[in-house]
Amino acid sequence: MTSNGTAEPGEPAPPDGAAGSAGPAPSNGAAVPGEPLLSVRGLKVHFPIRKGTLLQRVVGHVRAVDGVDLEVRRGMTYGLVGESGCGKSTLGKAVLRLVEPTAGTVVFDGVNLALQGPEPMRRLRRNMQMVFQDPLASLDPRQSVESALTEPLRAHGFPGDRSKRVRELLDIVGLPAGAAGRYPHEFSGGQRQRVGIARAIALNPDLIIADEPVSALDVSIQAQIVNLLEDLQEQLGLTYVVVAHDLAVVRHVSDVIGVMYLGALVEEAPSDELYAEPLHPYTIALMSAIPIPDPEVEERRRRILLTGDLPSPVDVPPGCRFHTRCPFRQPTRCAEESPDLREMRPGRKVACHWAEEIATGTIRAAASAQDPTATEVGAPAVQ
Amino acid sequence: MVFRQRGRPDVRAVDGVGFSVAPGETVGLVGESGCGKSVTSLAVMGLLPRRGVRVEGSVSFDGTELLSLPPDKLRTLRGRELAVVFQDPMTSLNPVVPVGTQVTEVLVRHRGLNEGEARKEAGDLLRRVGIPDPSRRLREYPHQLSGGMRQRALIATALACRPRLLIADEPTTALDVTIQAQILELLKTLVAESGTALILITHDLGVVAGMCDTVHVMYAGRIVERASRHDLFGAPRHPYTGGLLASVPRLDQPRGTRLEPIAGSPRDTIPWDRGCAFAPRCPNRVEECTSATPELLGGHHGLRCFNPLRSGPVREVTPR
Ligand SMILES: Nc1ncnc2c1ncn2[C@@H]1O[C@H](COP(=O)(O)OP(=O)(O)OP(=O)(O)O)[C@@H](O)[C@H]1O
Ligand SMILES: Nc1ncnc2c1ncn2[C@@H]1O[C@H](COP(=O)(O)OP(=O)(O)OP(=O)(O)O)[C@@H](O)[C@H]1O
Ligand code: SF4
Ligand code: SF4
Ligand SMILES: [Mg+2]
Ligand SMILES: [Mg+2]
Repeated sequence: MTSNGTAEPGEPAPPDGAAGSAGPAPSNGAAVPGEPLLSVRGLKVHFPIRKGTLLQRVVGHVRAVDGVDLEVRRGMTYGLVGESGCGKSTLGKAVLRLVEPTAGTVVFDGVNLALQGPEPMRRLRRNMQMVFQDPLASLDPRQSVESALTEPLRAHGFPGDRSKRVRELLDIVGLPAGAAGRYPHEFSGGQRQRVGIARAIALNPDLIIADEPVSALDVSIQAQIVNLLEDLQEQLGLTYVVVAHDLAVVRHVSDVIGVMYLGALVEEAPSDELYAEPLHPYTIALMSAIPIPDPEVEERRRRILLTGDLPSPVDVPPGCRFHTRCPFRQPTRCAEESPDLREMRPGRKVACHWAEEIATGTIRAAASAQDPTATEVGAPAVQ
Repeated sequence: MVFRQRGRPDVRAVDGVGFSVAPGETVGLVGESGCGKSVTSLAVMGLLPRRGVRVEGSVSFDGTELLSLPPDKLRTLRGRELAVVFQDPMTSLNPVVPVGTQVTEVLVRHRGLNEGEARKEAGDLLRRVGIPDPSRRLREYPHQLSGGMRQRALIATALACRPRLLIADEPTTALDVTIQAQILELLKTLVAESGTALILITHDLGVVAGMCDTVHVMYAGRIVERASRHDLFGAPRHPYTGGLLASVPRLDQPRGTRLEPIAGSPRDTIPWDRGCAFAPRCPNRVEECTSATPELLGGHHGLRCFNPLRSGPVREVTPR
């Protein structure tokens, strides 16, 4: 086991492919890697907007999640990216039924969660845990680490020695045994996130939904937590859904990435292909906007600039939800017909009427979207 | 330039930080949270509270010493030739005054335009920074705008006075990358067209790589490495800079290589007067590092380190 607390920069990287090869079998049940563990169909979460003090009339809806289909295979990591407010966190919470979906089904390990009563749902939840952005917000400041970690064990009737389990958990996440008696404020951000992760894995879950697990951390700490998540996946056979706005981090940890825009998935791709060849205009713009810490690369890149802001999820544009900002928008179809998320090639799903033409370069971005300082105007987008 | 900040227990937030920026040049200050980037920019702008804070050293703007300038003179200069954009635009915009009035005010006060001219110019400015429907937006209050729009409005006010020096302190940290790209593009245009000198403060190495001519890397209140961006990214020599670059995943490179984190946390620093503040986390540490304080040495590629990384490209750049 790699101890992350003392990870040394000089430490050799594990041989290629180690992560995929048969790791130790997870402790819970027979796990066949590759079979779908989580499958989400037509998921919607609409928050009513109420007005008036007495009657509380519903005057509209925030369409936070607006019809999402996705599948996450066992042992894999599914990354969800998209702008602030596009519904990533709400989707994550709806999967765990921490918010009640408005429509759609969530099937976890063959069980339709919508059909479960409170008690079976409570028992199922031990197999599905969440790691949050701000570990402080999810930890009680007056609760010692020991008690924060014992709590889920007690609640779910963990058989065996709880304090031994606490020491074991601390060791797994790279914290010293002495951490048990300390309180959240005594830890640095990175250490607190380790506590949050220890709590999430306490009951040997199958699925962990990590919502912005590193974005509150200092840059120099993020890699420690990323490596910890990867090690745990390998050791415990975990399946992850990682939600974050930092695409480089998500790309690093994920096998498959879903790109969300205004409550819906607009593209889904194996994470290696997403940067090499983004297909949806929003993904193309997103990829081109991410700064890369290398001046040589930055000088050669061409940006596709978007104009305007994200429309409000209360008034989702008709037709293609991206058409108000799309630099590739066409006079037909875009403003009228809503494109489905369709499989354009094996493994590549995209929700755009014109994805083929854009991929071949027949349709190009409007000149106004092109970076005036770019050197390669005319070349196909982000190659 | 030495800033000493005297708080409850003395906090020496920034020490011995020195840099210069020429017209049309962009200088980057990078470093992690708490390393003293904002304190530096506030001190340069004379925006630190006068009480309880001791600032030493010199800030010279086109021959004028800013640190000893009377407050009213400094205020005039700040409106006209110096401007600053903060991470959270709410702190700089007046919440009870419509955005348009705030921009026109600057134009009337510093450029001597009349009301009508100023309103027209304000509309043009908002359009230039990419705010759709500027005439409506001009009448709105800051809280009615999205974060990205507020930041653009603030940049519009900064542009309004055509400053000769602009300090942008994490101007895009709170924004989405697609909005960030728009804002950075604007800043680039400002530098290129008006010859504004830009000091860009950020913790994002990617932003620096695309924007800055010269980069200063700060750690625990001091500059530890200073170089042109090509030298800094191509051949980082300070273990902290090298460590940062190795620890962030890169979108343009094959996935699957394990990240190499920097050990410990920014909390694990020792005071500079007892050695190198980075020593507790440094893989290159030698005995000297905890017995003496390294000085910032070297000309073009300045370095504060007893045992730097060997120069030479640290990573292969795969051409795309
Ligand atoms: N309980 C709620 N009631 C009403 N609206 C909500 C609620 N929770 C979220 N929303 C709205 O739903 C939309 C999606 O929010 P969500 O938090 O899922 O976005 P996100 O993609 O996680 O954003 P971020 O990157 O900022 O975390 C937003 O417009 C948000 O304001
Ligand atoms: N008013 C104050 N009194 C005492 N200490 C302060 C004060 N303001 C800042 N500091 C200290 O000065 C140091 C530098 O803070 P500064 O805000 O410049 O950091 P920064 O590099 O801008 O960080 P960030 O990335 O979080 O904005 C910090 O350690 C901080 O605790
Ligand atoms: S359908 Fe039209 S508007 Fe939507 S992403 Fe494709 S080209 Fe753009
Ligand atoms: S002076 Fe020593 S401890 Fe500090 S960065 Fe250089 S080698 Fe590391
Ligand atoms: Mg969120
Ligand atoms: Mg700051």
